[in-house]
Amino acid sequence: MIKLKLDNVNKQLGGARILRDVSLEISAGEFVVFVGPSGCGKSTLLRLIAGLDSICGGDLLIDGRRVNDLEPRERGVGMVFQSYALYPHMSVYDNIGFGLKLAKTEKTSLRERVLKTAQILQLDKLLQRKPRELSGGQRQRVAMGRAMAREPDILLFDEPLSNLDASLRVQMRNEIARLHGRLGSTMIYVTHDQVEAMTLADKIVVLNGGRIEQVGSPRELYERPASRFVAGFLGSPRMNFLAAFLHAPGETSQVESLVLGRTTLPVDSSDLAANTQLSLGIRPEHLSLKAAQGTTGLVVSGVEYLGSETYVHLDTGQDEPMVCRCEVNAGWRIGDRVELQLDIDNLHVFDAHGTALKRRAIESLPAGVAPHPASAGVL
Amino acid sequence: MSPRLLKKTLLRLGFWCLIGILLVYAVFPFYYAIVTSLKPSSALFQVSYWIDNPDFSNYAAVLNQASFLRAIGNSLVVALCVVTLALFLSLTAAYALGRVKFRGRGPVLMMVLGVSMFPQVAVLSGLFEVIRALGLYNTSWALILSYTIFTLPFTVWVLTTFMGQLPHELEEAAIMDGASPWVTLTRVLLPLLWPALVTTGLLAFIAAWNEFLFALTFTLTDSQRTVPVAIALISGGSPHELPWGLLMAASVLVTVPLVILVLIFQRRIVSGLTAGALKG
Amino acid sequence: MSVSTTLAPDDEYLLTRETPVQRRRVRAAWLFLTPMLLCLALVAAWPLLRTFWFSLTDASLADTGDASFVGLSNYLFHSGAGWSGILVDPQWWNAVRNTLHFTVVSVGLEIVLGLLVALLLNVKFTGRALVRALILIPWAIPTIVSAKIWSWMLNDQFGIINHMMLSLGLIDAPLAWTADADLSMWAVIIVDVWKTVPFVTLLMLAALQMLPSDCYEAARVDGIHPVKVFWRVTLPLLMPALLVAAIFRILDSLRVFDVIYVLTSNSSSTMSMSVYARQHLVEFQDVGYGSAASTLLFLVVAVIAMAYLYLGRRQLEVRS
Repeated sequence: MIKLKLDNVNKQLGGARILRDVSLEISAGEFVVFVGPSGCGKSTLLRLIAGLDSICGGDLLIDGRRVNDLEPRERGVGMVFQSYALYPHMSVYDNIGFGLKLAKTEKTSLRERVLKTAQILQLDKLLQRKPRELSGGQRQRVAMGRAMAREPDILLFDEPLSNLDASLRVQMRNEIARLHGRLGSTMIYVTHDQVEAMTLADKIVVLNGGRIEQVGSPRELYERPASRFVAGFLGSPRMNFLAAFLHAPGETSQVESLVLGRTTLPVDSSDLAANTQLSLGIRPEHLSLKAAQGTTGLVVSGVEYLGSETYVHLDTGQDEPMVCRCEVNAGWRIGDRVELQLDIDNLHVFDAHGTALKRRAIESLPAGVAPHPASAGVL
Repeated sequence: MSPRLLKKTLLRLGFWCLIGILLVYAVFPFYYAIVTSLKPSSALFQVSYWIDNPDFSNYAAVLNQASFLRAIGNSLVVALCVVTLALFLSLTAAYALGRVKFRGRGPVLMMVLGVSMFPQVAVLSGLFEVIRALGLYNTSWALILSYTIFTLPFTVWVLTTFMGQLPHELEEAAIMDGASPWVTLTRVLLPLLWPALVTTGLLAFIAAWNEFLFALTFTLTDSQRTVPVAIALISGGSPHELPWGLLMAASVLVTVPLVILVLIFQRRIVSGLTAGALKG
Repeated sequence: MSVSTTLAPDDEYLLTRETPVQRRRVRAAWLFLTPMLLCLALVAAWPLLRTFWFSLTDASLADTGDASFVGLSNYLFHSGAGWSGILVDPQWWNAVRNTLHFTVVSVGLEIVLGLLVALLLNVKFTGRALVRALILIPWAIPTIVSAKIWSWMLNDQFGIINHMMLSLGLIDAPLAWTADADLSMWAVIIVDVWKTVPFVTLLMLAALQMLPSDCYEAARVDGIHPVKVFWRVTLPLLMPALLVAAIFRILDSLRVFDVIYVLTSNSSSTMSMSVYARQHLVEFQDVGYGSAASTLLFLVVAVIAMAYLYLGRRQLEVRS
């Protein structure tokens, strides 16, 4: 069932367009994460849904009803703010119950609902405290309680964990996931942290420059990014990109690049002309290294030891080095010459606009194509 | 003593001398008023720097004058009413000016600032007519109404500054909770604005307590006078025979409460004055 | 980037579209402003307009309703006997001169003294908070009271100031501070400066404490003499605050009334524009003439205030 629908929503402030033609459908009970770099419009989108900002063009529908012109309280949404924005002069009880009180809820049922909310969030023992007497995590939970108390169908979170320290963030992340399981309400969550996005979301919406780049499950987005932007945004260390050009277009494409030489890839480039600029993307974990002979191969320019793994930087002559994720005991050192090994299935190809080329149904191509030694070493 | 140390000591000495001079300059006139007020009229015309035998006859005389007590009462009523009125009117106005973006906000702020620069005498005749038309001449209401001309712009300006400093998200949280602007103002923002209200209220109180021109012009009889007018009008047999002891006792009586307030709320007053001036 | 793309002409409608939510908020804002605006209209705007109008009539205080239009004759009027009106009244020009004299000297002194005291109090020392509170006392004392206290201290026969100066050998005979035409303006200035230096000091002190400390550390590391640091670093950085304080004080001084009225009453050697206007309005009951004087004073203040707002805005533009 569609809970919330955005239909060509536009927003602008002054002369600047914050959002353009955003269309999206969110099902009931779904956990949706808006993610993107700062200034991409993700918070604005959330505020439009909340009713804090006005929609300039397009429609917002909740349960099939157009709500563009409704007050926030009439939309059945609750919101958790980045800075919590708890009322400093009210106790935890009053913070949670304020919205209910304003809705003229009868006293006993108000009490019941505040207590129930507090219990879900393990705030029962803190009800008489003031916000300043609470720890960061407790404040965070009160903020969630306040948003939940009126039992809205849709809960909105605006970067709720960014004020917490790292360990608390992990803990609260798990709590939010559990809460979603328990309440079953629709949740929309804004973050710039890709780990939060990957771990929490049923569906991730990647925004860039006021437009939706891609919508999909975390796995779809990670494994089949629709654009170079999405590919580069998700994943850490970030995907390696190599400049390349199209040697022979067709249903399978022959691509030539400096590091990988000439390769045939299972992507459809039939509507592109030969010699078009392309870029190839490969994630660090999809690269493996082998010692190169003599003066061939790439030179190791840096080694980052992280305890559980090692990132090896390779000099490719481009601005940024290639990064390869290796086992800790692989033992590479700066100055070593290595050859790359990679799986063509994990190679992404983007055109000059950054759009991913369509992948053909996977055929069994020889795995582990080694780069041309001749073209790889000389840089 | 090394020259370096000597220089340092001399600098210190000079510094404390300057502080001493400053303190004497600031405090001595008030101190001298107290000294004078505690002298019997026989000793009045001998200059002395210290209080030898405190004599409270001047205070007794002042406090026995019904008209003086009446003036203190009038001043209190006027100042408190002005503060209440100005704070109420400026609180809602400051919410609108400090938290809502709307066309016309800039001009309204400019107008408020403009009114605060009015010379009082420029509205004297027009205001006189208004007050007479409303039947308020020679009543405290005339003063309460007319004092808003200088208290209101100030309280609006300062409260707008303070209101603008409250976090944005707090108000949005209230909106999400379904609060109307009035509820947001009274139940969410007002409890946080108490310190600012105390500061601005205090400054408005002092301004109203000290006002002279309107009080002199819009009241006629002793029973309606405020303290500054009453003191200005204390006179003796001739201009050269002012009852100085009495005058100083009255002066001390009306000033001591203010001085105590200022000493207690010093920090708040400073923040209010600078918020009104610098951040404007 | 699409974020900053400008609008195509057919997109214009997007700008002006406001949702009911916003409209309700703006309506609430105006509703909230209404009481204040009504109040200011009643006590400021309307009376001001009436004052302008009165200045063009022969209204008298006894009955302001019964007035007839006389054009500009309160300002300037030519009859068979010659010119008359405020603009040729030597008393008025005397009041203008007095007001300007008072403004220039007292504001100048207040700014200089206020800055010096602020610099002194900007040094950290034990008891600073107490000193700062104590110097506020003159500011808190009602103007009328401070005028009375000072007129006692400046009393020609028994005043302590004369006593001090005599015993220090500065003067040979007591001075008639408030009565002597040459001295009375100084008496007024002394009282006003005493009362307002704390205000200026507070503004300067607040401004001093907002100055970036790294400039000073850099200057100290470079071994620059403190006096040079003051002229080259502190003073230029303080300029905006100094200007604000000066404007506030200038506007206040131009409308000076209380001190002069109490200290020297209607003596012509200290009469200010406000005292002059009030004298005609209330004592001579000549509302028309007094309003004309008030109007002129208003115009002077308005021109200065506008110049300030204009300069302030220009400065803002330069900064941004």
